Amino acid sequence: MREDLLQRVREVMAPLVERFDLAHGMPVLTLAPGRLLETARRLKEELGFDLFLDVTAVDWPGNERRFEVVYHFYSARQRVRLRAKTRVAEGEPVVDSLVSLYGSAGYMERECHDMFGIGFRGNPDLRPVLLYEGFVGHPLRKDYPKDREQPLVPTRTREEQP
Amino acid sequence: MSGPLPSPVRPAFEVGSREGALIVNIGPSHPATHGTVQIIAELDGEKVVRADVHCGYLHRGFEKECECHTWHNVIPYVDRLNYSSPLLNEFAYCDAVETLLGIEITPRCRHLRTLLAEYSRIADHLTCVAALLMEMGAMTAFLYLVTLRDFIYEHTAALTGARVTHTYGRIGGLARDLPDGWLERLEEILEEYEVYVGRIHGLMDRNRIFIDRTRDVGVLSPEEAIHWGFTGPVLRSTGVARDVRKDTPYLAYGELDFEVPVGIKGDNYDRYYVRMREMDESVHMIRQLMERLAPGPVNVDDRRCVLPEKPLVYSEIESLINHFKLITEGPRVPAGEVYVAHEAANGELGFYVVSTGEGTPYRVHVRGPSFVHMGGLHRMLEGYQLADLVPTFGSVNMVGGECDR
Repeated sequence: MREDLLQRVREVMAPLVERFDLAHGMPVLTLAPGRLLETARRLKEELGFDLFLDVTAVDWPGNERRFEVVYHFYSARQRVRLRAKTRVAEGEPVVDSLVSLYGSAGYMERECHDMFGIGFRGNPDLRPVLLYEGFVGHPLRKDYPKDREQPLVPTRTREEQP
Repeated sequence: MSGPLPSPVRPAFEVGSREGALIVNIGPSHPATHGTVQIIAELDGEKVVRADVHCGYLHRGFEKECECHTWHNVIPYVDRLNYSSPLLNEFAYCDAVETLLGIEITPRCRHLRTLLAEYSRIADHLTCVAALLMEMGAMTAFLYLVTLRDFIYEHTAALTGARVTHTYGRIGGLARDLPDGWLERLEEILEEYEVYVGRIHGLMDRNRIFIDRTRDVGVLSPEEAIHWGFTGPVLRSTGVARDVRKDTPYLAYGELDFEVPVGIKGDNYDRYYVRMREMDESVHMIRQLMERLAPGPVNVDDRRCVLPEKPLVYSEIESLINHFKLITEGPRVPAGEVYVAHEAANGELGFYVVSTGEGTPYRVHVRGPSFVHMGGLHRMLEGYQLADLVPTFGSVNMVGGECDR
């Protein structure tokens, strides 16, 4: 990765982020949840990160701020991908939504909401997307057992079978 | 069982935005759409005014399942993401794990993976174009294309042992090297490709019915495509020459000569044509790779992840234990996280992998292009006829396995 570009990302982002690292060649910003929207806006407007790639979360149970919400962006101008991470506590797992900046964030935030129960403030549509209405719990949390079943259509008993 | 089953989805709207509007439900299992997707549409006459796209009917907890298997055992699951081009998924996953391990694959493996990735891309595009044409009634074109695809499937089966779910990639290499005569048959198939795809161009390119159904239908502007996260052939059809293979080269793409075909209007016709042109580029790349295929081993010499040779497992204690440890505990992948993006057939396929240093992944997340595309699909449906929904949806090539995971 180009040195001048890294320097520029570092300069623009310095006042907003807690940490700036390089992981396997990819710049990683660690920031407070409150700074997320502003960081994304500056990434998009000042550094050309016009493609919102992905949002997901990682569950670290036992940690004070249990959920790590992870974003990936791509800048076509710089040909660089960037990761932004923020931590939220289990009691209030809410971050700002990025739908005002990227249309594609809507669907991916819905998935993250499904799987981890992360709330996205400002996303008007957080209906289940991969799960169904009425599904209880968040399956990608580490405390959700892998073999728990919640069939929407009840299993037929022997007597009910034709 | 009594009473109606509850609906798995809650529609975004239940009443129309105007008097006399009709709300129809399409899918999730509809004979004219390939892919399990449900679209709730508000109609004004025949025109779609609003569309609400629901996916998830094929959700099978892929990411959760990955957390309970060793790094190697995830590979068969990865196959089942985009099942039209499983090798592309495998190579992207292996690349992510190899990055964490700090492994550089051998030159021969790099060439073979690139060759097979392009071969899979052809199979995937053939499937997409064939289904798109069939859904519009072009049965002959469909049969030509799937005949060709079947040559490819049979040929890959000779290499990997399976028609569709290959499980051929390995962390640090490949399951085995090419069998004798494989490249000769490949050349034959590439010649067949030219014949069959030439026929499709003759049948479709200037076909009045086909043009009427696809030209200026499902139009997407470049700005809109980027805003809604489109990548791959859909984005390129709008005229944006973005391709992971070109922009941030991986595998052997840096040393190959190829073009990035783009469309003019971002409509269904352009999406058809971009895919047809991309297959030509893939053939061009395969021919270059056949010429320069590097000699040497396909697997790296690294006992942390590569299984020892079978005869050694049976004859010496170190290899036996090495094998045993790799199978039961899995390779110890250094703690860290990585996001690796490859250009899959439908767009950017990203693997975000987190390791805590164990033999199983802590977290595997897939950024499947199909899922992201479903989030922006409504932009391509709204304002067009209800009947256009079928070709538009077909041209996006949503693959349920990768979308719903």
